[in-house]
Amino acid sequence: MYSMSWSELFARLNNAFFETLLMWVTASILSIIVGTLVGLIIFATRDGLFWKNKILYYSLSAFINTIRSVPFMILLIFILPFTKILIGTTIGPFAASVSISITAVAFFARLVEISLSDVDKGIIEASKALGASNFIIFKEVLFPEAIPSLIRGITVLSISVLGLTAMAGMFGGGGLGDLAIRYGYYRYEIKVMVATSVILILWVQLFQGFGDYLAKKSENK
Amino acid sequence: MGNSFSSIISIKDVSVTFQHKGKSIEAVKDVSFEIQKGEIFGIVGTSGAGKSTLLRTINLLQLPTQGKVFIHQNDITGFEGESLRKLRTNIGMIFQQFNLIHSKTVYGNVAFAMKAVGRSKDEIDKRVPEVLELVGLTHRTNSLPTKLSGGEKQRVGIARALANNPEILLCDEPTSALDLETTTSILELLKSINIKLGITTIIISHEMNVIKKICDRVAVMSNGFILELDDVFTVFSNPKHEFTQSLVRHTFDLALPERLLHREGYKTLKIIYSGEFAEESIIADTIEKYGVKINILHGKIEYITDRPYGILIIQLSGSDEKINEVEGYLKSKTLKIEEVIENV
Repeated sequence: MYSMSWSELFARLNNAFFETLLMWVTASILSIIVGTLVGLIIFATRDGLFWKNKILYYSLSAFINTIRSVPFMILLIFILPFTKILIGTTIGPFAASVSISITAVAFFARLVEISLSDVDKGIIEASKALGASNFIIFKEVLFPEAIPSLIRGITVLSISVLGLTAMAGMFGGGGLGDLAIRYGYYRYEIKVMVATSVILILWVQLFQGFGDYLAKKSENK
Repeated sequence: MGNSFSSIISIKDVSVTFQHKGKSIEAVKDVSFEIQKGEIFGIVGTSGAGKSTLLRTINLLQLPTQGKVFIHQNDITGFEGESLRKLRTNIGMIFQQFNLIHSKTVYGNVAFAMKAVGRSKDEIDKRVPEVLELVGLTHRTNSLPTKLSGGEKQRVGIARALANNPEILLCDEPTSALDLETTTSILELLKSINIKLGITTIIISHEMNVIKKICDRVAVMSNGFILELDDVFTVFSNPKHEFTQSLVRHTFDLALPERLLHREGYKTLKIIYSGEFAEESIIADTIEKYGVKINILHGKIEYITDRPYGILIIQLSGSDEKINEVEGYLKSKTLKIEEVIENV
């Protein structure tokens, strides 16, 4: 039976690692930015505290629920034509980041909504009583107060994104997940299977530890 | 009480109705009153009486469903956006749970109040140390709220509320989360600020004790209605409504052990006295004059806005005739006298 040489394994792992890293960073950053925005709008339009707007709230909320309820594999395929229009191709880490980001935005928007909702309403009321505008309340009160919880949210998001890169990889994105499935699973290359798994496990452990550390630090500052 | 008669706040026929699960709940029912410039005005009542809701109509954190609120004779009820924010900078507010921003230091919390209304950094740097000194927290300038005691947190709340030099200070149960000693010190601080700055202060509380310590006038609230409104001494010494009477009774807490209440051959009387009577030796005079035996079982004198108000529970023994004479004499010398048959 064909067995991959160590040098070939390292070359492939190296290549796959950077593809995954690219997908991970691109999709995480995109979904943090867009997800924060969407989460903020959902939070702000939900009730009378800021800019209550039932139509906006329910349509955004329904849209997010829709994305979150479609299995990622199916969503991936649905989104391929859109990716093609957007980037011109459906192959490569950047193309894969599109579908990952869309799923991750929906996920992160909910996390942002939860983080903002957890900020003590009394503090918001006190700020309003001082004559602060909604903009200042968001900037000076809501986000600073939500930071530890937002950092935890970002950690959870990034780790989910890493999981998604494995699946998206199979549809042209490449990366560690793709390598593990094509070589490790289809060709019974135990070495590939173990090596990719170890890298992913370390990745998750290190990032979770880092996120926990930052969250804790921001709490006791 | 403030020496002028000009009213700074006037509340006219205000009602607040909440819609909750298809039912409407009337939290405030057709309330009208005026608050004088510079006074400390109390609103007392049990929780759920509508005090908080009523207080919040003054800075429009709660919009009245009906009626109007006037500040300096201006109808503020329709204020929105910029005019509302401007109005609010003139009305400070402190809260039961302090509501400080956890991620900001003491300095940052006070500075935020000024930043929120667009004050310059120079103004902020000059003003924040001033108010922190006023509330006695200079040594805590750079602490985070989590490192502060309850009393210190409320002092930050007061400093924050005063940062923009408001004319009015709203206090929503400001001492209900504090222990007795801290409560006293916070109330003293509020009183001294009222005197020093002439700031009109409205304080709500479920405790008559809080009202008694610092308020000039008080409104008694129950089920959304204001039952009575008068100067604190009058409400204490002559509560008209049954609800107020029970509030005052709880403040005095003069329950007796059962065995004393039903002692054979004794008549138990509750004597209420105030003003100059409280400073006379009525009991000693009675004993001397009538030669009866008097047991003092319970008693308390409160000084409300420096005027004494006392309750004494005594037992008399002697012939019925003599007891009647004594009762008549005591009645002429005191505010009110009643026989105690059971604890209430």
